[in-house]
Amino acid sequence: MERVIAGRAVVAGEAEGEALVTRDALSFWGGYDFESGEIIDRHHPLAGVRAAGRILAVPFSKGSSTTTAVLLEAVRAGTAPAAIITTGPDSFFALASIVAELMYARSFPVVALDAEDFALLQTGERLSITRSGEIRRA
Amino acid sequence: MMRLSDKDKAMLEGRHGPAPAFAMSILVKMAEVYGATELMDISQAHIDSTIYLGDATLEFAETLASLGAKVAVPTSLNVSGVDECGWKDWAVKPEWAAKAARQMLAYEKMGTIPTWTCAPYQTKSRPVFGQQIAWGESNAIAFANSVIGARTERYPDLLDICCAITGRVPASGLHLTENRAGQLLLRLIDVPVALQRDPQFFAVLGHLVGTLADADIPVIDGIVVTPAEDELKAFSAAVASSGRVALFHMIGVTPEAPTLGAAFQGRAPERAIDITTADLRAARTALTTADGRELDMVILGSPHFSLAEFAQLAPLVAGRRAHPRVKFLITSSRLMKEDAARAGVLAPIVDFGAQITLDTCILASPMLPPEVRTLMTNSAKYAYYAPSLLNTRVTFGSLDDCVQSAIEGRVVRDERVWNA
Repeated sequence: MERVIAGRAVVAGEAEGEALVTRDALSFWGGYDFESGEIIDRHHPLAGVRAAGRILAVPFSKGSSTTTAVLLEAVRAGTAPAAIITTGPDSFFALASIVAELMYARSFPVVALDAEDFALLQTGERLSITRSGEIRRA
Repeated sequence: MMRLSDKDKAMLEGRHGPAPAFAMSILVKMAEVYGATELMDISQAHIDSTIYLGDATLEFAETLASLGAKVAVPTSLNVSGVDECGWKDWAVKPEWAAKAARQMLAYEKMGTIPTWTCAPYQTKSRPVFGQQIAWGESNAIAFANSVIGARTERYPDLLDICCAITGRVPASGLHLTENRAGQLLLRLIDVPVALQRDPQFFAVLGHLVGTLADADIPVIDGIVVTPAEDELKAFSAAVASSGRVALFHMIGVTPEAPTLGAAFQGRAPERAIDITTADLRAARTALTTADGRELDMVILGSPHFSLAEFAQLAPLVAGRRAHPRVKFLITSSRLMKEDAARAGVLAPIVDFGAQITLDTCILASPMLPPEVRTLMTNSAKYAYYAPSLLNTRVTFGSLDDCVQSAIEGRVVRDERVWNA
C-alpha cells in the first residue's frame, strides 16, 4: 500500500483523523447540516453519516454556491470536517477555509489529489495531512 | 506567480480603505487556488451571500458593512432569508427574521441594487453576451453563461461580494474563451418532438444532464424545439442542482453553440453519452419522492416566478378555487410581483387562493409549518432539495398538473406523453 500520497496543498494546514471517502460530488447547502455535522443529501450515498471531525474525501463540490457559507457556519459551530481532500482544486471548499482563517483564525487543510491517488483512499483509515499537502496513511 | 496591477496592490495595502483590503486579500488567495496569474475587470456582480444561514453569514456581512464596504460595479442581490413583509404568516421565528433582515441591511448598505431574486437575468440587471461578470447562485451562473453568453466563473458565496467590492476577478476559468469549450457530448437519441414539447422536458433533461456531467462542460445535441426562456431557466436550475454545471451548450439553442464545431471550439469531445427516452423517464421518476396519496402544498417559483410565468398561470386558475386543504404558494421577488400586478395577471391568481412569498423561498427561509409534509412542484430544483432540506416528500409535475391537483385536493398528473 502507498503510505504517502503527494497532493497539492490548496489551503495549507495540518490535520489528522479518520477518512470518510465518497466518489460522489456533494453540495453542502441541502447536503450538510452544520448543526449536527451530518451529511443530509438524500440523493447522496453518505446521507445520514456524520462527517464532523473526519477527513472528508469528496471529488468536488456540486450544486449551490451556498456550499461555502454552510461550511463556514460549520467551522464556527465546530462541526466541520477536519480536512477536505478533492480531485481538482475546489474553490468552494478552499474559500470556506480561507474566510474561516480571516474571521475565526480557524482554517482547515484542503488538499487536491490526482484522480488515481484519490481512488486509493478508503473510508475508516487513519490519515494525517502535512502543510506541504502530503497525506500519510497509517 | 501573481502579477497584481498597481490598483490591485493599492487595494491590498489598504490605500483604498479597509474593506477593499479585506476583499482583495481573499481574492488574491483565491486567484492562487484558481491558478490565475492576474486579475481582470468585471462590469457587474450578483451576490448570493445574501442568504442568511446563521451567525457566520451574518458576521461576515456585518464585518464588511462595518468596514464601510461599497460595491465598485452594478451589483444585484440574490434571495434573502426572510420575506420582510410576509414572514409572520408562516412558521419563521422572530429571531431568524430579525437576523436575516440585519443581513439584508448589511448588503443594501454596500450600494447594491435590492433585486432580492435568484433570477437576476429576468430583471434590469440582465447582462449581455460576452460581458465579464461575477455571479453567485448556481442557477443564475448556468443561465448567464449558457443562455446569455455572459462570462462568469462558478462563484461561491462570500467571494461574489469580494469581486463586487474590488471590481476584479481571477483571470481564469469561464472568463476565458479557451475554457468555455464543450467537453462532454450528450446526444438525444430518438427523443420524440412531442416529448421535447412537454412543459416538464427541459427541467427533466437538466436534472439528467447534471447527474451525467461530473465536472465537464456538457454539450446537448438533438434539441428540435425552440425552448422558451423559462424552460431554459428550469434547465439551468436543474442542471446546477443535480450537478456542478456552470456552463452548458445546446446545439442550435444557446449562443456559443450554433454548431457542434463551435460548441467544442473545433476540438473532439473528451467523452460522449447517448440519452434515450427511457433515461429521461427515469430522471423524471427520480424527481418524485412522494407516493402521490397526499398533497399539502403546491409550490411554484424556483427560480423565482417570472412575469411570463404569472401570465401563463393566470388563465389556468381564472374563476377557479384551490381546494381548501391544499396551500398554493408562489415564490418570487417584490419587483416581479409589481410587474405582474401592473400587467393585470396577479388578481386571478390571488383570487384562486394563491399566496405569494417575496424575496426568498421555502429553501432559504424556514417558513413551512411542520404539518406541510408533501409538496407538488414543477421545479426540479425544489424537487431536488426539498426532501433533504425540509424533510418533505415531493411530486414533480407540469404547471397544469400542479393547478389541477390544487383544485382537486389530490395529486393528478397527465402522463400520456411520458408513457407513450
